[in-house]
Amino acid sequence: MQEKDATPVKNPYLRIERLKKQFGRFWALKDISLEIFPGEFVCFLGPSGCGKTTLLRAIAGLDIQTSGRIFQADKEISNLPASQRDFGIVFQSYALFPNLTVADNVGYGLVSRRLPKVEIATRVTDLLRLVGLPDSGPQYPAQLSGGMQQRVALARALALSPGLLLLDEPLSALDARVRAYLRLEIRHLHRRLGVTTIMVTHDQEEALTMADRIVVMNQGVIEQVGTPLEVYREPSSAFVADFVGKTNLLPGIVVKPGLVRYGAMDLSCSIDIKPGPGSDVTLAIRPEDVVVRNVDANAENTFAVRVAEMEFLGSFCRVGLTLNGDAKPALLADFSINTVRDLSIAEGMQMLVGLPRERIRVFPGTPKPP
Amino acid sequence: MNPAAASAAVDLPPTRRRLDRDDWLMRGGICLMIVWLGITLILPLWWLLSKSFQNQDGQFVGLANYIQYFSTPALFASVWNSLFVAVLSTVIVLPLAFIYAYALQRSCMRWKGLFQALALIPILAPSLLPAISLIYLFGNQGFLKEWMFGVDIYGPVGIVISQVFYCFPHALMILLAALSMADSRLYEAADALGASKTRVFFTVTLPGAKYGVISAGFVVFTLVITDFGIAKVIGGRFNVLATDIFKQVIGQQNFEMGAVVGFVLLIPAVVAFFADRIIQGRQVALLSARAVPLIPQPDSRRDNALFVFCAVVGSLIFVLLAMAVWASFVTRWPYNLALTLKNYNFGEFDTNGWSAYVNSVEMAAWTAVIGTVIIFVGAYLLEKTRSFAVGRVLAQFMAMLPMAVPGLVLGLAYIFFFNARGNPFGFIYATMAILVVNSITHFYTVSHLTATTALKQLDHEFEAVSASLKVSLLRTMTRVSVPVCLPAVLNISIYLFVNAMTTVSAVIFLYSTETKLAAVTIINMDESGFTAAAAAMAVAIVATSASVKIAHLLITRRLERRTQAWRQR
Repeated sequence: MQEKDATPVKNPYLRIERLKKQFGRFWALKDISLEIFPGEFVCFLGPSGCGKTTLLRAIAGLDIQTSGRIFQADKEISNLPASQRDFGIVFQSYALFPNLTVADNVGYGLVSRRLPKVEIATRVTDLLRLVGLPDSGPQYPAQLSGGMQQRVALARALALSPGLLLLDEPLSALDARVRAYLRLEIRHLHRRLGVTTIMVTHDQEEALTMADRIVVMNQGVIEQVGTPLEVYREPSSAFVADFVGKTNLLPGIVVKPGLVRYGAMDLSCSIDIKPGPGSDVTLAIRPEDVVVRNVDANAENTFAVRVAEMEFLGSFCRVGLTLNGDAKPALLADFSINTVRDLSIAEGMQMLVGLPRERIRVFPGTPKPP
Repeated sequence: MNPAAASAAVDLPPTRRRLDRDDWLMRGGICLMIVWLGITLILPLWWLLSKSFQNQDGQFVGLANYIQYFSTPALFASVWNSLFVAVLSTVIVLPLAFIYAYALQRSCMRWKGLFQALALIPILAPSLLPAISLIYLFGNQGFLKEWMFGVDIYGPVGIVISQVFYCFPHALMILLAALSMADSRLYEAADALGASKTRVFFTVTLPGAKYGVISAGFVVFTLVITDFGIAKVIGGRFNVLATDIFKQVIGQQNFEMGAVVGFVLLIPAVVAFFADRIIQGRQVALLSARAVPLIPQPDSRRDNALFVFCAVVGSLIFVLLAMAVWASFVTRWPYNLALTLKNYNFGEFDTNGWSAYVNSVEMAAWTAVIGTVIIFVGAYLLEKTRSFAVGRVLAQFMAMLPMAVPGLVLGLAYIFFFNARGNPFGFIYATMAILVVNSITHFYTVSHLTATTALKQLDHEFEAVSASLKVSLLRTMTRVSVPVCLPAVLNISIYLFVNAMTTVSAVIFLYSTETKLAAVTIINMDESGFTAAAAAMAVAIVATSASVKIAHLLITRRLERRTQAWRQR
C-alpha cells in the first residue's frame, strides 16, 4: 500500500479537478481535486452531509457538478450523461428490479447488448458463482436475504465489466454480522477482479478495513487522503482525528516550539508546531496511547490522575480520568483487561499516567465543543 | 495548499450536462403533456373566462355580467343555497363515515366485508340514483310520504339526504385509508400510562387520522357543491349554482351568464382544493418504517355497538339502492305493483333508447384505455425526468388543476372552446371524441395521484442502475415500472371507467343526438315524467359498473398470481 503512493508511475485512472456542486445556496462540494489510480480501492469517508455521496454521483454522472472536470481513463467525461459513462453501481437500497428473477436482474444490461441467449446465460451463471450465489438464478429478490440481495446487485453491477465500480453505502442496510462478512467478500472480489473501486461510507471501521486509501471528507472539502494507517496514525486535522477512531481533544496554548501548555501542565510534543508561541491549539491523543505501566513520576508529560469512571468494553476498559480534583473527566484512556487486572485499576483510584510525546498531535485552534 | 488550485483562482466554467436520447425523449414527452393539457384544459377555461366578460355579441363589457349577476337576488341566492347544502352534507357525512370506517378498521365486529362492499356500492351509481329512490319513497306518490310530516322532499332536504348517500363512500374510502395504519406501540404506551379509552381515542386515534378527516371533508364539500344531477332531479324550486348554469345555458341560451355562474362555482372548488393541499402539505409521516401494525382486539361492548351502527347505516344504503331496483321493475307506481321489464324498453321513453347505454359503455371504455395510458405515462415522465424544472412544475400544476374544476364548468368551457369559430380542433365537437377527451381531463387528477403514489414507491435508483447498464429508460419503464405498478394501472382504468359511466355534469353540454349518454337520458326521462325508466337506466349503469368492478377484481387476482409472483416470499 505504501509503495503505491511512493512510486506514482501509473497515470491516474480517475482524475477529478476543482469540482464544485451547489444546491440552492448550499455548496455541497467546494473545490474538490482528487486522483484515483487503476485498481485502487478508495473509500470516501465522512459524516452525513459531508458531500461524499454527491461526489460519487458526480463521478457517475447521475447528478452533474456545478463546475469542475472529471477524467476517466484519460478521457474527459465532465459533461457526459450517466448512460455514456463506464461504471457499475451498487446502492444501499440494492435497487434490484423486484419483478425480475435474480438471473434476469444480473443479465439486465446484457440483454440490451443483443448478445446471444446462450452467452448471456453463461455470463450470468459465472457472475452468480462469483458472488457466491450459484443456485439463486430463478428466485425473485424478495425471496433472498438482505446480504444475498446486495450480492446480486454487485453481480449486476459487474455484468458489463465496467472500468469503475461505485458502491454507495452498500453495507449500511445490513445486520452487523452480515456486514462484517460482506466486507471481506467485497475485498476478496476486488482483489480478484482488480477493478478500480470507490465506496462511500460513514462507517470508519468499514473504511479502515477495506480501503487502499481513504478520502476523509467534511463539509464539502477533503480533509485528508491517505492509507488507513496514515489516516489513523497521522490525522491531518482535529476533525479527522476525532472522526476516525476515538481521540482526546484538549485545548492548549503554545509555549515554544515543541512545548504546549495544557491547564497547569507543559507537554512536550515531537511534531513541528506551526502556530507561534501564545496561539491556541488543540492537542490530540488517542485513548490507547495513554500509558499507565512503568510511568516515572519525574519523566516528561507525566501527571497524577484519578479514575472517575470505567466502561467495560470486552477486551479493554475505557477509563475516564480526572485531573486535580475536577468533577468531569478530562481524558479518556483505553487500558487492556490485562493492565486493569495487573494494576488493580478501579474507580476512585489515584495513579500516574504518561502521554508519549511522539503520540501527541497538535492542530491550530481550540477544540470544537462536541 | 494545492499550488495548481491556488494559481487557477478563477472558477472553471459551469458544467452543462450533455443530454442523451432518454433526456430528449422525456423532455419531449413532458412538452407533449403540457400541450395536451393546454388544449384540453387551460385554453377551454381561458375561453370560458373571457366569455364571462363579453356580451352576447362577443364584445368586451368588463364586469357588467358579474355586476348583473350579483345584483340579481334570484341568481345570487344560489350561492348561499349551494354553500348551505354543501356544509350541511359535509357535517353529516364526516361523523357517519368516520365511525363506519373505524368499525371496519379498528374493531372485531362481524360481517366487515359485507358492510364494506355495501357502503362502497354507491360509488358505482350515478348521483341521480339516490334522488330517484327518495322520490319513490317520500315524493308526491311516495309510500312513506307521511313520515316527512309535511316537509317537502323536493328541495334542500332531498338534496342533502341524496348527497349524504352519494358522498358517503368517497369519504369512507379516504377514512379507511387514514385509519388503516396505526402503530400499536403508541396504543401500548398509552395503555401503560393508564390513559382511558376515550383519552386514547382523542390523543392517539383521532390525531393519527386528522389529515384523512380534513381531506374527506374537502372532498365531500367539493362533490356536493359541484354536483348537478341530484339538485336537478330532487331540488324542486331550490336553486343551486350547478342548476343555475344549466338553466342559463340550456334553458335561456344565455352563455355569458352561464360563464359567470361557472366562474362563481369555480371559486369554492378552487379554495377547497388549495386549502386541502396546504393542510396536507403539513402532514409528516406519523408512521415510521419500524411501526408495529395495530391488530384490533375483541371488545364485545364496542364491537356490538359498532355493529348496530353499521347495520343501521348499511340498511339505509341498501334501502335506497333496493328502492331504485324495485321501482325499475314496477308496472305503475304506486297503483300497480306488478313486476315488469317494460321500463327497460328505453326506446319507448327516449328516442335514443338502448343506444345511449351502448354509447356510455363505449365512451367509458375509450376513456379507461386512452386515459390510463396518457395519465400513467405523464405521471412517469413527471416522476423520472431530471432537471427541466420549468416544464415539470408547469405540467405538475396542470395535472393537479382538473381536481379543482367542476365538471359543469369544464363542459361549458368545452362548448365555448371547441365550438369557437376557426378552432382547428373544432372537428371533434359533437363527436364521441370530445366526450372521451372531456372525461379524461375531468378525472385526470385522482388518476394522476394514484399513478404518482405507485411510482414513488419504486426504488428511486432504478433509473440510475439502468443508465449504468446502458439500458434505455423506455425499456426499464416497460420491463419494470409498468409491471410493478400494474395494480395501480388497473385501478386507474377502473376508476376512469366507472366515473365516465356515471358522470352527468360535464357531458350534459357536450353530447349530440348520436352520442347521447345513459346518465343524460336519466335526466331527460325524469324530466319527461318517466321516473321508472330513469330508475331502470340508473340500475343498468350500476349493474354495468359493478360487473366491470367485479371483473377487475378477478383479473387483478389472476394477474397478481401470475405476474406478481415476486410479491410473495
